[in-house]
Amino acid sequence: MDLLIGTRKGAWLLSGDATRSGWESSEPMFLGHIIQHLVAGPDGTLLAAAKTGHLGPTVFRSTDRGRTWSEASKPPAFAAGDAHGRAVQTVFYLAPAPGDPGPAGQTTWYAGTSPQGLFRSTDGGDTWDAVTGWNDHPNWPMWAEWPDIEGTPDGSVLHSINVDPRDPQHLYLGLSGGGVFESLDGGADWAPLNRGCAMEFAPDPDAEFGHDPHCVRLHPAAPDRLYQQNHCGIYRLDRPGRTWTRIGDNMPRGIGDIGFPIELHPRDVDTAWVFPMDGTDVWPRTSPDGRPAAYRTRDGGATWHRQDRGLPRRGWLTVKRQAMTTDAADPVGVYFGTTGGEVWGSVDEGATWRLLASHLPEIYSVEVG
Amino acid sequence: MIVRIPTPLRSYTEGAPAVEAAGATLEDLLADLDRRHPGIRFRMVDEQGRLRRHMMIFVERERCRDLSLPLAGIDEVTIMQALSGG
Repeated sequence: MDLLIGTRKGAWLLSGDATRSGWESSEPMFLGHIIQHLVAGPDGTLLAAAKTGHLGPTVFRSTDRGRTWSEASKPPAFAAGDAHGRAVQTVFYLAPAPGDPGPAGQTTWYAGTSPQGLFRSTDGGDTWDAVTGWNDHPNWPMWAEWPDIEGTPDGSVLHSINVDPRDPQHLYLGLSGGGVFESLDGGADWAPLNRGCAMEFAPDPDAEFGHDPHCVRLHPAAPDRLYQQNHCGIYRLDRPGRTWTRIGDNMPRGIGDIGFPIELHPRDVDTAWVFPMDGTDVWPRTSPDGRPAAYRTRDGGATWHRQDRGLPRRGWLTVKRQAMTTDAADPVGVYFGTTGGEVWGSVDEGATWRLLASHLPEIYSVEVG
Repeated sequence: MIVRIPTPLRSYTEGAPAVEAAGATLEDLLADLDRRHPGIRFRMVDEQGRLRRHMMIFVERERCRDLSLPLAGIDEVTIMQALSGG
């Protein structure tokens, strides 16, 4: 099993042995390139969302575990002459849709960008087309945080593209900022799905959109259950319900329920992990009180338990929204990467942590593949 | 004419620091460059035809931001980038 590490300065594979106790790092791939997301499809194909500080954004694919890469022959891009003058600045998020093979039987992929565009490839990531039902939706200029794409640090992003495994026409998106949006028709039309989520930074607490989900996860084994780590708390939603419940209210008061990632147990619908950060004062986004810990719930968010064994007693870590993940083994492995270039892992569902790699550049994403 | 390629774009020219391309305007030249070296143009010019923020093109020794510039009598175009950051 490999961990796929995307960083501000390249990508690495960390290969684990059968017991997940020994980990070996690859040589860097795309050294010096900004790799926002490195993801494996169901057939093992790797896709990398890449740009540099100067060169435009694109997607690379590898079918040999990163030994060789080829660039998408048609990368994600808005239409020439786009009514809003939009151009993709960053490909931020990549998601395969395993239950949705393209015409030639290849994996369908989605890409989320900044500005907040949605793109689809039905040929395994080689050519990308705009999902016009989203990008050209009459409400897009209202829903998306645009044209002020620099309004949030690193720009506004479309992330957390979730495809319902029962029905590939059923999609959920996260916009930071903008909110959660749902489509029932393969992306032709969309509706906001944010009721119940706090929006402490805006005057209207009952707004339909404008929220700031940091990470939205649909449970693969129980796709009516969604979890969300939001700028304003941790939430859960059980469909067909439309109102999120703030399960982060059950976190310890001194820790709070602010963070970037939320990751799920692949089989147990009630188990999830978060990595809390300091959202007080000027939002340091480091571990509360400099004491890094994951928190796990095993009852759908009713109670949360601290998991810090093996982690530094003091440390000002930040774990970005795509930099935490779980594997499918039993017991489940949980992994996260820090902005300080460390990869930590637990093979006992968070009970104990070990440092798997260090001295990497700022980590943007960690995925299993 | 000769087009000088900066190191970040040489993955598209098989490492060559300078390549041949032709065009009546800078836009035509970049289109020809992309036919010969697929993908190179989009890294420099966005989908609305705007030169990306930190890319610079010099026609002979003059910096040029207007891609419609005619290239009659021009022998050399140099692509550079304003490398910055850490």
